[in-house]
Amino acid sequence: MSYEITLMTTMAISVLFALSLNFITGFCGQISLGHAAFLGAGAYTSAMLSKADVPFLFTIPAAAICAAMLGAIIGLASLRVRHDFLAITTMGVGFLFVGIIRQQDFFGGEIGIAGIPSSGFGKGGFMLICIALALTFAAFSLYVRRSWMGFVFKSIADNEDVTRVLGIDVSRYKLIAFIIGTGTAGVAGALYAHHFRFVGPDSFGFVESISVLAMVIVGGIGSVWGVIFAAALLSVLPMLVQFIDDYKLLFYSGLLFAMMRFSPDGIAGLCTRLFSSIPRRVPDNGGNNR
Amino acid sequence: MTEILHVRDVTVRFGGVYAVQNVDLRINNGELIGFIGPNGAGKTTLMRVITGIVQPQSGRVFLQGVDITDKATHLRIRAGLALAQQIVQPLRALTLLDNVAIACGSDKTRHALKSMWVTDIRSERAQARELLARVGLSHVVDELPGTMPLGYLKRLEVARALALNPRLLLLDEPLAGLSQKEAASLADLIATLNADGQTILLIEHNLREVMRICPTLYVQDNGKSLAFGKTDQVMSDPNVRNAYLGVGHA
Repeated sequence: MSYEITLMTTMAISVLFALSLNFITGFCGQISLGHAAFLGAGAYTSAMLSKADVPFLFTIPAAAICAAMLGAIIGLASLRVRHDFLAITTMGVGFLFVGIIRQQDFFGGEIGIAGIPSSGFGKGGFMLICIALALTFAAFSLYVRRSWMGFVFKSIADNEDVTRVLGIDVSRYKLIAFIIGTGTAGVAGALYAHHFRFVGPDSFGFVESISVLAMVIVGGIGSVWGVIFAAALLSVLPMLVQFIDDYKLLFYSGLLFAMMRFSPDGIAGLCTRLFSSIPRRVPDNGGNNR
Repeated sequence: MTEILHVRDVTVRFGGVYAVQNVDLRINNGELIGFIGPNGAGKTTLMRVITGIVQPQSGRVFLQGVDITDKATHLRIRAGLALAQQIVQPLRALTLLDNVAIACGSDKTRHALKSMWVTDIRSERAQARELLARVGLSHVVDELPGTMPLGYLKRLEVARALALNPRLLLLDEPLAGLSQKEAASLADLIATLNADGQTILLIEHNLREVMRICPTLYVQDNGKSLAFGKTDQVMSDPNVRNAYLGVGHA
């Protein structure tokens, strides 16, 4: 049972992390190749506070605020650039984060921070907290999608210049998406730190950023259900299949390539096309169907 | 007449080339001004100065007496401008109805955080339906722009601009690329909008339609103001004829 709990917890944290990127990349169309930096910011904040005897539940908002503040600073600086320039800028942020963490003894340097205290809720309780937070953010994402904010996000993702000509403060909306997305990644980071009870610079590098991007793209950019499915599946596959664990980056990259080639809108798009191609049953009216 | 727009002594340079040089333009409430000039005259640049996409090296732009020269594009739109762009740019993921509805909801999108708490879009969609009917697109409101011909997308641009309820509607070559019949029909629509009280600045190359619907013309050549006045007078001006037809044809 303990193994299943571990699997479920890993799944829930990955779903939350992937949904946080989906908010920025999927909803608002802003590509980020350094999202693991915000997971790391939250994880380190939570780990260090826990080591200083701050209760686990209090470290969650602190992790969110810290990651969101970092997100706001980077957002203000980098959201002026677009498309591939934004991808390169955010990738740079990811490398910068790991580089700084690695060099600072304050953050544990290369060794990282080990011996993070337990959450205090037991494995089962911790799993439930992770699932509850993932589901809450999923519900929030679905709500935002229906709101005027979601409507504007869709418009920005479609065409920023047109959105601006409609009198909309595009930069403000993009910044809010960035702050919410990075803050949520910080929450996922706090859970990550207390799940593995260890954080190190290698846990938040480029591979982690690509992995979470793969989850979003495979699930279907912008689709909450698709991303939940892909994140849940891709997070536990390496734990279930040794081959995938050994060749994780190769597997994710191959999957990304396959999706972009055959179904750019991911599993969600695949399902939509599949269901729309099934002819609807027409009620029998004595052979008068035309 | 109330002055809506005043472009005062505006100059724009790209490197050493003057795109717009010491241009002065006034538009009063209810006017329909045809803005013409040969290729490279700086028409689109001046339009971009008005919308804030290009910053002038010197000069000011006033909208209803308020200096908007240093304001961002979205603030100028909120101050009363609306633009239908030369190259149609529909939001391709949205239906025609939602393309217009998002513009109708400018009150709801003014504050980013507040927009999160509002989900009702029914009144904006109803308004958008009316606007699309006004431009003759009531039969395709639920279609995606990708499946629509250029003529429809040009009308969509106009409907989306009208949805912002502007004091001044800027139309950048709305007739370009349309057949003669489509162009005449859209020109009629523009004239009707003006007759209903909409102030319009119309950049256009289609002289036939411009002369047919615009009572006033503003002509620019090589970035400089060439003529401004009644359409008949302007078109008989030798300088304007020279600019269009070359020296010797005036």
